[in-house]
Amino acid sequence: MSERGKPLPRISAEARPYWNACREGELRYQACRGCGRVQFYPRALCAGCGGTDLEWRRSAGSGVVHAVTVVYRAPSEPFRADVPYAVALVDLDEGFRMMANVVGGDPERVAIGDRVRVLFETRGDVALPQFTPRDAPRGVPPSLGREPAPVRGQARVDRGQAQ
Amino acid sequence: MTARDLSRRARLTGVGCTRFGELPGSSPMSLHADPAREALADAGLRTRDVDGIVCAYSLVEPHLMQSSVVAEYLGIRPAMSAALQLGGATGCAGVMHAAMLVEAGRCRHVLVVMGDNRVTGMSRDGAVAALAQVGHPQFEVPYGPTIPAFYALVASRYMHEHGVTSEHLAHVAVTMRDHAVRHPGAQMRKPITVADVLASRMIARPLHLLDCCLVSDGGVAVVVSAPDAARDTARPGVALIGAGQGHTHEHLSQAPSLTDFGCHDAAARALGEAGVRPADIRVAEIYDSFTITLLIELESMGFFARGEAGPAIAAGALALGGRLPTNTHGGLLSFGHSGAAGGLTHVVEGVRQLRGEAGPRQVPGAEIAFVHGDGGILSAHCSLVLVRA
Repeated sequence: MSERGKPLPRISAEARPYWNACREGELRYQACRGCGRVQFYPRALCAGCGGTDLEWRRSAGSGVVHAVTVVYRAPSEPFRADVPYAVALVDLDEGFRMMANVVGGDPERVAIGDRVRVLFETRGDVALPQFTPRDAPRGVPPSLGREPAPVRGQARVDRGQAQ
Repeated sequence: MTARDLSRRARLTGVGCTRFGELPGSSPMSLHADPAREALADAGLRTRDVDGIVCAYSLVEPHLMQSSVVAEYLGIRPAMSAALQLGGATGCAGVMHAAMLVEAGRCRHVLVVMGDNRVTGMSRDGAVAALAQVGHPQFEVPYGPTIPAFYALVASRYMHEHGVTSEHLAHVAVTMRDHAVRHPGAQMRKPITVADVLASRMIARPLHLLDCCLVSDGGVAVVVSAPDAARDTARPGVALIGAGQGHTHEHLSQAPSLTDFGCHDAAARALGEAGVRPADIRVAEIYDSFTITLLIELESMGFFARGEAGPAIAAGALALGGRLPTNTHGGLLSFGHSGAAGGLTHVVEGVRQLRGEAGPRQVPGAEIAFVHGDGGILSAHCSLVLVRA
């Protein structure tokens, strides 16, 4: 995906730790210490039980394509150079779902059930999580993002509150 | 059908609907004023009889207080005023809201009016870009989805799980066009074939151009009156005997399921209140932003079993003379879609069917109609059950 002029996320206060972690090559999500529910996107409270005792966990960045489309009619000029491109809903192995592009291959070959892994696209001063087929060769061209930092030790890396 | 007590049910006493399509010289306000005048004349009322107003919003001329702006423009000083924001469900939800006001005795005649000029008031690119903002600004929009792409994601999963094919979806578009051909106010009146749909350019796989609703100028109004309103109005009208909503998410990535949505609960609530089953419905007007939208809603709401709507539609189930004539005006796919007003066209068509005024589109013996609106990405839902009063 080419970068120029594309929308940057308007980063909310409760999601800042998430975006900061992305810049370190880590995909994070929230878990509720009260009810055990995991959630994405980041919130100031648990959307399951309403509790506020949330912790950040680190995802291994590995998941399955739950749904996928290939966009031929772009929403705006900056995306026009990229069509056709794949937009997917990816179910991460830790139990949360997120939207992203599936990059680094033929978009028309992305299928429901495909295993994918996260990488990070540099867009402005933001590192945007994207996915690529699990078996795609490592060392993705820089324009398509950079590889995540390898996961070390246990996935739970930050016990701080979400706020 | 058993006799029902309609003495405490709100009445839809007047309807108005502009032509849909490209309407040079129209504005968001003219597309409120024109259908409002038509609906009030239909009901035999004047603007001074209106004591409640329910509006939606405009993309072309956004305002913080839409219902206040519209009431001021029309010269109405209502006792109750509200602007709702439920996307394509706003029309049905506005009627439900108005019905609650008149049934509670707060108002006697509520004007539900919505309109926008999305063709002449903004460029197509502008409309596509503005609508894409329904996505989450941090967690969806940066990935370049469009409204068709969001619905295409749903379609991909639904087709995967329930065996729906692109040909099934194409039959939805063809049926809607066949209906629009019979409506003088419809935007698209040239018949199409399944082959035309499949050959139209890809927008977001698996949705082709002709799987997508139109972008239109258009305005719609409905007058909702107190149960005893027959005293003031030109005709007894149509009674609302059931209404219900269902809401599960706004952003598609937060939807609890891509195969079941709030339409299930909305329809169950509305049908339950009305005391009828899907099999009792003789004519349906159901939100059809995309071909897949209508197919999923029909199955989710119990009009067809899972996986059965596609083959049934291909065999003519939704056509005039079919098992469940649906979107007899041509729907959003062929009549037109101007935002919240698009969802209100389904209400108007339901009323016209029950009054026997649908001309070449008339479903013989229509005495009970089901109407449904969907806002966002199958996010917000409202169902209505209407009967001839």
